[in-house]
Amino acid sequence: MKWYIAKRLLMLIPVLIGVSILSFSLIHLAPGDPAVTIAGEHASVQTINTIRERYGLDKPVTTQYWIWLNKVLHSDLGRSIVSNESVAKEILDRFPNTFELTMFSMFFAIVIGCIAGIISASRQYSIIDYSFMGFALFGVSMPVFWLGIMLMMVFGVFLKWFPISGRISMMISFQQITGFYLLDSLITGNFEAFFSSLRHLILPSIALATIPMATIARITRSSMLEVLRQDFIRTERAKGLSERMVIYKHAVRNAMIPVVTVIGLNFGLLLAGAILTETVFSWPGIGRYIVNAVNMRDYPAVQGCILFFAFMFVIVNLITDIIYVYIDPRIHYG
Amino acid sequence: MFILIPGFIMDKKDIRLRETKSQELIRRLKYNRSATFGLIIVVILILCAIFANYLAPNNPMPSPPELFNALKPGFWSQKGIKGMPLGTDALGRCVLSRILFGARVSLSAGFVAVGIAMILGITFGTVAGYYGGWIDAVIMRIVDIMFAFPALLLAIVIVTVLGHGLGKAMIAIGIVYTPQMARIIRSAVLYIKEMEFIEVQKAIGSSDWRIIFYHILPNSIAPVIVYGTLMLASAILDCAALGFLGLGAQPPTPEWGAMLSKSYSYIVSGTWWAATFPGIAILFSVLGLNLLGDGLRDILDPRLKT
Repeated sequence: MKWYIAKRLLMLIPVLIGVSILSFSLIHLAPGDPAVTIAGEHASVQTINTIRERYGLDKPVTTQYWIWLNKVLHSDLGRSIVSNESVAKEILDRFPNTFELTMFSMFFAIVIGCIAGIISASRQYSIIDYSFMGFALFGVSMPVFWLGIMLMMVFGVFLKWFPISGRISMMISFQQITGFYLLDSLITGNFEAFFSSLRHLILPSIALATIPMATIARITRSSMLEVLRQDFIRTERAKGLSERMVIYKHAVRNAMIPVVTVIGLNFGLLLAGAILTETVFSWPGIGRYIVNAVNMRDYPAVQGCILFFAFMFVIVNLITDIIYVYIDPRIHYG
Repeated sequence: MFILIPGFIMDKKDIRLRETKSQELIRRLKYNRSATFGLIIVVILILCAIFANYLAPNNPMPSPPELFNALKPGFWSQKGIKGMPLGTDALGRCVLSRILFGARVSLSAGFVAVGIAMILGITFGTVAGYYGGWIDAVIMRIVDIMFAFPALLLAIVIVTVLGHGLGKAMIAIGIVYTPQMARIIRSAVLYIKEMEFIEVQKAIGSSDWRIIFYHILPNSIAPVIVYGTLMLASAILDCAALGFLGLGAQPPTPEWGAMLSKSYSYIVSGTWWAATFPGIAILFSVLGLNLLGDGLRDILDPRLKT
């Protein structure tokens, strides 16, 4: 087990080097002189030269890469061209918002997806099964940004149950400690802020949760059906165990193995979905930050976000792989 | 099973056994209800795309814009304009016509993106799988690195480099899907490569080129068709997403994602139609392709069934 984790960590190194080269070369791959790209087309020669010097663009590319990598390893992602703030700080400021959004969605997706899948499988070919799987089918084909707009329209504009954009009501001021709105408001005992930020969280999380929820429901169902056909389940039933015990105590545990893999894979989709959901709901997270950065051609910010996203994604995949070994003792990895 | 011996008198039932592969495919598709439904949606979509200029009641991008028609509701309201059944958008353009022309844009974008992914993916995947060794190792490491990014993020990165626009978005999505295709082809090639008939080909001195093009690729066509269809669904979705973010199709191109991004701010004032119908178009196209892809997978490659 230890060896497996060590090996898995070593395998990350080439991937992370590749990711760093890719995000580094972003600015050099863009057509034209990088200094001109940063300064803008109408900048004076002097400005361009200053920028070339400041960003070290006059040095050979390999040297530039080493300097850049060294900075990145010291958590310096450069300065944003637009705001002139440190990119690392801007990303870390926004990270708690994206984290809360993705975690909340994943929670929704796992709980509802698994329950729907289990119910569908235990009542195969019933009306409940058909309707759940029908919903799941629509769910996997749903454009997440459109679903966001529809939720916003129905529950925000027409019914006025939830606010349609932002992270918290602008009327409420409260003290920030960790940057996690829900956590901070609970710590400071500011329940008004807590409920406001929770209400802002609901619609975006539902929108973001739909695709993983549908995928999880489908995979749980098929995995459950496979397990329920096995001999040991027949033995349990023959022993006279109640159907409830058979399903929840024996079948579910064995059916969860492929589900964990799918949950891990869905984190990547969730990060991509967060880019769209945050744009729809004006959510102050990293997803919206990267879209703005791309639109403003703020290369250091784009580079930083890509590194950050890829890093998160790689870590999540690693955790999934480790959990996978842990929950399935039948599989031995060298 | 029957064994057909030439010269035997066969009745009609036996003749059916001699149907070609594609005939068999169509017959089995008919029995798969959801795949049939998917196929119907896809055919409707293709027909809309081809005949958009005959089906659309109005010009999808009149210039100058008919601003006096802006944000008028459709057939469900008295205030609607005749001849604009789904209402108009913020620039007074007919939503229905733009959706029909949008089918053309989205479908062709999807086909081009998947085409790029197939050409690159089949090339790299075949080379990696057939030759193995260090070529395989290098290609697969690059694939691993590309898998370290969520697809949409990688597409955004490539669009940042290439610049905004529909054409560039297609290229970006094509590149993003390449590693997926390469992996699928590689595993198919690895499997087929070890089979006896390839050994026979090698023994009789066929060139690598001949073995790959006449024997390996025709036998790995099933996963290409299945995943090509499913990829087309995600390509349409991702293309719309890029359009929505303002990185793909630029106005006034009638692209579904871009249509949504230009009209969703108006829902606050109760103008729901301009932001609703393009999304339904995306949803049904993706749904149709997913159903068809799943059906094809069940038929062509039952081992892949999930």
